[in-house]
Amino acid sequence: MNNTNSMFARAMPLLFGVLFVIGLVAPFAVYPTFLMKILCFGLFACAFNLLLGFVGLLSFGHAAFLGSAGYICGMLVRDLGVTPEVGVIGGTLAAGALGWVFGVLAIRRTGIYFAMITLALSQMVYFIVLQWKATGGEDGLQGVPRGHLFGIIDLSNNIAMYYFVFAVFCIGFAIIYRAIHSPFGQILKAIRENEPRAVSLGYDVAKFKLLAFVLSASLAGLAGATKTLVFQLASLTDVHWHMSGEVVLMTLLGGLGTILGPLVGAATIVSLQTELADSVGSWVTVIMGVIFVVCVLLFRRGIVGELQALIQRAGIR
Amino acid sequence: MQMKKLTTLACAAAFATLSGAASAQISGNTVKIAVLTDMSGTYSDVAGPGAVLATQMAIDDFIAEAKPAFKVEMVSADHQNKADIASNRARQWFERDGVDTVTELVTTSTALAVMKIAKEMDRVALMSGPASTPITNEQCNDRTVHYTYDTYSLANGTAKAVTQQGGKNWFFLTADYAFGQSLEKDSSAVVVANGGKVLGSVRHPFPASDFSSFLLQAQASGAQIIGLANAGADTTNAIKQAAEFGITPKQQLAGLLMFISDVHSLGLQNAQTMYLTTGFYWDFDDGTRAWSKRFFDKHKKMPTMVQAGQYSSVLHYLRAVNAVGSDDAGKVMEQMKKTPINDFFAKNGRIREDGRMVHDMYLAQVKTPEESKGPWDYYHIRATIPAEEAFLPLSESVCPLVKK
Amino acid sequence: MEIFGVPSALLGSQLLVGLINGSFYAILSLGLAIIFGLLNIINFAHGAQYMMGAFVAWIALTKFGVNYWVALFLSPIIIGALGVVIERTMLRKLYKLDHLYGLLLTFGLALIFEGLFRDQYGISGQSYPVPELLQGGVNLGFMFLPIYRGWVVVAALTVCFGTWFVIEKTKLGAYLRAGTENPQIVQALGINVPLLITFTYGFGVALAAFAGVLAAPVYQVNPLMGANLIIVVFAVVVIGGMGSIMGSILTGLGLGLIEGLTRVFYPEASAVVVFVIMVIVLLVRPAGLFGKAA
Repeated sequence: MNNTNSMFARAMPLLFGVLFVIGLVAPFAVYPTFLMKILCFGLFACAFNLLLGFVGLLSFGHAAFLGSAGYICGMLVRDLGVTPEVGVIGGTLAAGALGWVFGVLAIRRTGIYFAMITLALSQMVYFIVLQWKATGGEDGLQGVPRGHLFGIIDLSNNIAMYYFVFAVFCIGFAIIYRAIHSPFGQILKAIRENEPRAVSLGYDVAKFKLLAFVLSASLAGLAGATKTLVFQLASLTDVHWHMSGEVVLMTLLGGLGTILGPLVGAATIVSLQTELADSVGSWVTVIMGVIFVVCVLLFRRGIVGELQALIQRAGIR
Repeated sequence: MQMKKLTTLACAAAFATLSGAASAQISGNTVKIAVLTDMSGTYSDVAGPGAVLATQMAIDDFIAEAKPAFKVEMVSADHQNKADIASNRARQWFERDGVDTVTELVTTSTALAVMKIAKEMDRVALMSGPASTPITNEQCNDRTVHYTYDTYSLANGTAKAVTQQGGKNWFFLTADYAFGQSLEKDSSAVVVANGGKVLGSVRHPFPASDFSSFLLQAQASGAQIIGLANAGADTTNAIKQAAEFGITPKQQLAGLLMFISDVHSLGLQNAQTMYLTTGFYWDFDDGTRAWSKRFFDKHKKMPTMVQAGQYSSVLHYLRAVNAVGSDDAGKVMEQMKKTPINDFFAKNGRIREDGRMVHDMYLAQVKTPEESKGPWDYYHIRATIPAEEAFLPLSESVCPLVKK
Repeated sequence: MEIFGVPSALLGSQLLVGLINGSFYAILSLGLAIIFGLLNIINFAHGAQYMMGAFVAWIALTKFGVNYWVALFLSPIIIGALGVVIERTMLRKLYKLDHLYGLLLTFGLALIFEGLFRDQYGISGQSYPVPELLQGGVNLGFMFLPIYRGWVVVAALTVCFGTWFVIEKTKLGAYLRAGTENPQIVQALGINVPLLITFTYGFGVALAAFAGVLAAPVYQVNPLMGANLIIVVFAVVVIGGMGSIMGSILTGLGLGLIEGLTRVFYPEASAVVVFVIMVIVLLVRPAGLFGKAA
């Protein structure tokens, strides 16, 4: 067991290196906007996984962070004319602040009550977005310019935009990776495994949970703000509770609590949605439902989780 | 990169001189038409698979009629009423697959997103499904045609006719989102302009299923006419429950956005005697009946105005491409705007400089079950609203394309 | 007479309408509460099962000429049987796992059901006529009450309190409650606990289908009719206290009333008021209004 673990530890940098190179050359092989969508949702799912996979908190309101950051970023860039990176930072900070409010209210509850409070709060965010004139209601916030990064690089070029999104993703992913592998991450895992024990060891559990929640919300916001720039719009879909459900599906399908799982899950779901929409039309929802069911019944570890288990078994033998 | 472009250009030029200009101007010698619609959600009965079928019919008819030298292909996708999916798909079609026009686009948020991309990429957006007026007003651009109807024409038609026939006092039941509010605003203006009065309105959340408390407020207002500024399931539920609470027939309902598919699902028992405005009715004349029968044979449902409009718009587009011998968006748009449209769908149709296709609209009243001779025999056409009166006058438009 | 600028007749009628909607909430949240209380499963497919209940009634009427009164029994039995199959083949495997998995599984099932019905019957929905016996209405002075709506309240409350009585006051209910607390001991007493649980799920689902049949003549029978309702009903169960039978019934009725009032004073917010209440309640009473603190 130990042996395989250290094997993983050694293989990890290599794997990340390979993935990084693939990420660099990918836009020349695959349609860039599609890749950008995968990266945005991948980051969103990774941020969500930080909370569910490593702290054990199921938030059913993460769409609120994705969406509100998208709207804030869109308004900053379109209506105030700031440069894209300022818009993205603005959106991320806003989502972080919102995350702090959600966290303070929800963090003392656990399990299903935690999920329900986050759901309720995100429904209120939805209501505000729907009612507020500046968001464009159900028409969405349209016509957000991509602008010039740092005032220099023209992002309306798809390749330039792709490398910006790729950089954002790598930064976000690195933050999550660091957080998990730091002492902070160890404490989070300890809380997940045995909360009373963590308390008795003298940790301020609520404070750690809140920190993790704010971090997760900010990164979800980072993904949402970037997504707004990619598609040049923010819409109600991003704040609807279905989006909160979708991110659970992505994480679960990819592998709960694995570092790469959410990205794999997001890529799978996004590809399915895009490809199936053309070939099967209205059957998309049915197929999604079947994936949910099969996943829960047969592959609870998700794609990456199952793969890891396979490799581990092979290693032991 | 630069080098490669040059060689391509040179090749193209050489090719053009060899083979004659006309055929070389259609990229790949193929016109690609994309249908981006709601295949599974709220609007799938209004547009959806029926709109895809109508597009295919238009392409087949065009090929039979014009025997063009180029090929015509169709692709379609489900935008699931999500603006980001629509935007992603349209971009991919334009950038990667060489699509010439994206059509249908029911739901305003997807329409607004796609028309901006079409403009950016210099392609054409043909919109049959969406309802909002901003498409050809404050958000207008010169690569967009808004074909079948819009909220102004519906509100204008219904509210005007009903007010003129003596329905002076109105109360609005409004879906609480931008579309519902603009429907209410447009209709209120028409009611007041025709000597009527708006007693009040209530905004209901969207979507809602129980309308009884909103209807009771409408009842308490004492208004003669309750205007339904909502759509789809909200409208049908409100109509059904109004009958249940004995509000109709004492007070009259006016549906501001209703399609024949809504009337079909409600049944005449619930919908009878209501007024509504439509751009197309299958049983209008021989031309509409002949086309609708062909459509019905394949789809097993009569066409909505969106589906009929989709056919007409695609055919108009293809004829324009054929006439100018090019799929260049600017040239095709010019040709489409120049040519009047008179087919089974559109009478006295033309595309204005703001991209609005204006044509005669009709005021319909839903038949009672006794008057109806069979399935889909639903409307009396009570009046024709001439093309020039049916849509927002250019004098009130804020679209920058309109020269004043 | 006016209260806060609203005529009292209108206010009275709004409260009555609120009570009618409350009965729908009550019967739906009761089913959810039973399933959660006894199985620890959060049944996200409840809305879809409600929708299927309505559809079965509609299909029975249009295809086989089966009338409303028969459908009122037939539809819950059919959908309940489907629930039994789901429990036997899928849910059973998840009892030892986190709540999360039950929720996700049923969410997936809801997507499948709604997708299938949408594909088959389109989105516009179908009309179900009010049964002849219950057509028309009575004038109460302050409002015109359709007889059918009155029937909804009576039927829903009868079923709700009947269910409460069986679970809280009878021997069968005692077995049920004990079976979930300590399955080994109850099993040792010679009671087939797994069977008991299967039928509990079937019964909870049947309640949803029953609500669906009640709703069919009032609302358009539409594949998505349960999709938006489910979130509200969840909120009701949480406010009442997960698993509390009486809590879910009373909260359902109370919420209908509050929603009715919101529709008069601030109609735009009537869809969100339930979530505001939920947050406040959970902050003040973490286990819900009627729940026992964990």
